[in-house]
Amino acid sequence: MAENAKLTSAEQIVVKFTGDSGDGMQLIGNQLTALAALDGNDVNSLPDYPSEIRAPAGTIAGVSGFQMCLGDHKIYTAGDAPDVLVGFNPAAVKHSAKFVKAGGMIITNSDSFTEKALEKIGYSGNPLEDGTLSGYDVKAIPMTTLVREALAEMEMPIAAKDRCKNFFTMGVLCWLFNKNKQLVLDFIQQKFGPKATKPLLKVAQANTLAFKAGLNYGETTIMFQERYDLGAAQIEKGLYRNITGNDAAALAIAAAGEKAGLQPFIGSYPITPATDLLHYASEFKDVDLVTMQMEDEIAGICTAVGASCAGNLAFTTTSGPGLALKTEAAGLALMLEVPLVIVNVQRGGPSTGLPTKTEQSDLLQSMYGRNGDSYMPIIAANNPADCFDATFQAAKIALKYRTPVIVLTDGYIGQGSCPWKVPKMDELEDLKPYVNFWIPEAHKGEEYVSYKRDPETLARDWAIPGTKGCQHRIGSLEKDETGAVSHDPLVHQQMTEFRKAKVDNLAQVLPEVEVNGKKSNKILVISWGGTFGAVKGAVDRLIADGKPVSGINLRWVWPFPPNLGEIISRFDKVLVPELNMGQLSLMLRAKFLVDVQSLSKVQGDPFREFEVIDKVNEMLGE
Amino acid sequence: MADTQLTKKYFASDAEVKWCPGCGDFAIMNAVRSGMVAAGKPRDEVAIVSGIGCSSRFPYYMETYGFHTIHGRAAAVASGLKVANTDLDVWVISGDGDSTAIGGNHFIHAIRRNLDLNYVMINNKIYGLTKGQYSPTSEVGQYSKTSPYGVLDYPMDPLKVAVSLGGTFVARGIDKNMKLNEEVCVRGALHKGFSMMEIYANCVIYNEGAHDKLTNKEEGANFHIILRDGEKMIFGVNSQYCLVQDGFGVKAVKVENANQADILVHDEKDAEMAAILSGMRPDNGLPIALGVIYADDRKKTYDDMVYEQIDAVKQKRGRTMDQIMQEGHTWTV
Ligand SMILES: Cc1ncc(C[n+]2csc(CCOP(=O)(O)OP(=O)(O)O)c2C)c(N)n1
Ligand code: SF4
Ligand SMILES: [Mg+2]
Repeated sequence: MAENAKLTSAEQIVVKFTGDSGDGMQLIGNQLTALAALDGNDVNSLPDYPSEIRAPAGTIAGVSGFQMCLGDHKIYTAGDAPDVLVGFNPAAVKHSAKFVKAGGMIITNSDSFTEKALEKIGYSGNPLEDGTLSGYDVKAIPMTTLVREALAEMEMPIAAKDRCKNFFTMGVLCWLFNKNKQLVLDFIQQKFGPKATKPLLKVAQANTLAFKAGLNYGETTIMFQERYDLGAAQIEKGLYRNITGNDAAALAIAAAGEKAGLQPFIGSYPITPATDLLHYASEFKDVDLVTMQMEDEIAGICTAVGASCAGNLAFTTTSGPGLALKTEAAGLALMLEVPLVIVNVQRGGPSTGLPTKTEQSDLLQSMYGRNGDSYMPIIAANNPADCFDATFQAAKIALKYRTPVIVLTDGYIGQGSCPWKVPKMDELEDLKPYVNFWIPEAHKGEEYVSYKRDPETLARDWAIPGTKGCQHRIGSLEKDETGAVSHDPLVHQQMTEFRKAKVDNLAQVLPEVEVNGKKSNKILVISWGGTFGAVKGAVDRLIADGKPVSGINLRWVWPFPPNLGEIISRFDKVLVPELNMGQLSLMLRAKFLVDVQSLSKVQGDPFREFEVIDKVNEMLGE
Repeated sequence: MADTQLTKKYFASDAEVKWCPGCGDFAIMNAVRSGMVAAGKPRDEVAIVSGIGCSSRFPYYMETYGFHTIHGRAAAVASGLKVANTDLDVWVISGDGDSTAIGGNHFIHAIRRNLDLNYVMINNKIYGLTKGQYSPTSEVGQYSKTSPYGVLDYPMDPLKVAVSLGGTFVARGIDKNMKLNEEVCVRGALHKGFSMMEIYANCVIYNEGAHDKLTNKEEGANFHIILRDGEKMIFGVNSQYCLVQDGFGVKAVKVENANQADILVHDEKDAEMAAILSGMRPDNGLPIALGVIYADDRKKTYDDMVYEQIDAVKQKRGRTMDQIMQEGHTWTV
């Protein structure tokens, strides 16, 4: 009985949902995320899509997942091994049981363990009964039966009733994690709302009943001996919203346009895992965001270059293979010296690679993947919410320096979500001062010279078509200060140096990196982009254990922050965990001549804290 | 700029023109300037976007905004430029290789979208800039540096492509006929929508005489027809031939052998006839069609629709940026 279940306080809980792609794993995951966040926890999550959208139901290939970590403190990743797995069918349990913590809980729908279903995944016996899962605390709940019973009075198709088992599960979890049930009830009302049509109201009613049945099940059965209680995390005051990295980047694009007083423009071509960004951004017509879905990635970036030339704030969004196609035109933007932001949501490569899996292997492509000496600033987002700021900052730098800027995110942060403190538009930095088009009225008596540069930023004077009397010609060929084509060897030398210096100069205005831990120590662990969370969590724990370890995170991956070399020199060893074969390591070695050690992982999956901890301990000789 | 007289000279820059003497591109530049005069926009509201090739040097010689981009991508760059600022008069200048080989994808999709661009494809049936390789519009058997024994590829006909994609203005000129080119460029400039103008040009260095069959004084007129809306389709050195219906197609017959009533009359708005006219070739016994083959500006342009849709969404949803950011499932800490 309920009273028998002990309430154990926990600092964090890792939950993983797995089921058929069609079963709505992201939906239930997002619901629990919202519930936990509303209840004061910090949360971080990671969806895990199969690469075949229509893989047969009930097969291992068709399993889709969603992992999340909720805690009473700042949560940086979706967590290591799950404490609780909710596997909706035998395939889901078979696929994910191995990830669960030893002794961890596996909740499943026992009704789904039919002979046929088991056969599909090559089980001869029933793993719920034959000891296969003896290392875990298995809760086999006849979900289908219970939900159908709870909805017996409702007149609706059986299939629709069965879909309510997600809310039944929410009920069980709400009870198990001691969450405020009213929040879920409100949510159902809010979602299907008073404005809902009749059939939708019916769905709301059915979900409410299923949810209550789940709550009751937790309370009244003796199945659960333990419940978890998570305290509230210290969270900055404000309005929050759970957001994916892709959605955050889409919002930043529209927001940056408005703050710059320019029409925002996206030229793009769909590609996993960047597509959601384009989906969401395509809805923002009412705030003047123009999106053009072009015939390919080349056209995507070329329209963006054209829009930029006309004075829009232009973006192109893509993933690895698309970035490869964009290289020549990225060089064009660099040569024309017009602002452009390229958002690249990295995925497993090379070639088509692992479309739905995360990786950080486009760093060298972003750095060096163009013909000629062509440097561009690169900023990497640390987590889903940070995609907003990273994209916004990129727009600012692109405008200020008249340069293309690459934003690197990845499948993990692009599709993962976390709570985001929603900024107010008037709190965001005004980007208008960086637009600074050249207009004759502001330069009385001066002639417009297209490649005359600001002495400090080296940004060129920029007059857009339509500016009175400033008509001029520019192009992809090397040119002199007037924009006229020039093959003079010294002009090329000088212009190449200008283009490089422009990017190098940016380093001087970048914020210094802050060290997490002692400023001088045995081991320095460097994270960038999506490895931020796992490294931060790992270093915090190592420091708490008294280990001589510090950490830093690189937000701008190029140019390197001004004090980076100096920080590195104060450590005996440097470790860079990366979801690639050591790309940042290579850049750091080249730049600072240090023996950087690389912890490389290319398994389509982000780092877990323990992997970083184990590596550090190994380096410490422990 | 009502006080400035728009003349061809007004659109000419003082950059030294680097085409070979005798290159067909000179004549085309002259026609494009006439088109700009007709369009009536001051030169600081005109933008020319080009790809890479001899022909793509064009913007440097024009006193307008000019963007000499990368090989094959002019249509895509121009699409973004036009959508970003619909007030501009935007011209694309591209070679046959630039448009139909490396840039084929952008070329066809720009036509399909019916962006309001003036697209001039200078077709010399050769890669000039890279010193003489065959192109997708080269003739079977044509000799070039990469086809020393003759081209094996069948050529593509860009205007047939344009018509099949629902192009709203499809016309052809030829360097030697300056007056016709001016007409084509003026009509193209005034057309609202994608104006596809293919202009045959002679590359005196790498494909000299490529269009002689059409231009030679003795019998050139027997191999092309200059179309005029509402006029009978009659051609030939002595206007001795005409076009008449032949099943679903057309055929050329001697005027003297035709029934006056059977001689076809050109109708610029007849898309089905345009499909036939755009594909006529002397090797099929039909004259190359010059002039305006098809013109109909009833189809909305992409760039107009972009802003109509924005206005519609503003009416319907009208959210502010703050509202959008605060949408979804939010909570307050
Ligand atoms: C990516 C790329 N590939 C190849 C080239 C080399 N290239 C420049 S122009 C050109 C062909 C030009 O032919 P066309 O478009 O017909 O123009 P024309 O010179 O005949 O006017 C080629 C192959 C290039 N500049 N860029
Ligand atoms: S090479 Fe041919 S196309 Fe190029 S400028 Fe000379 S004549 Fe004209
Ligand atoms: Mg050519």
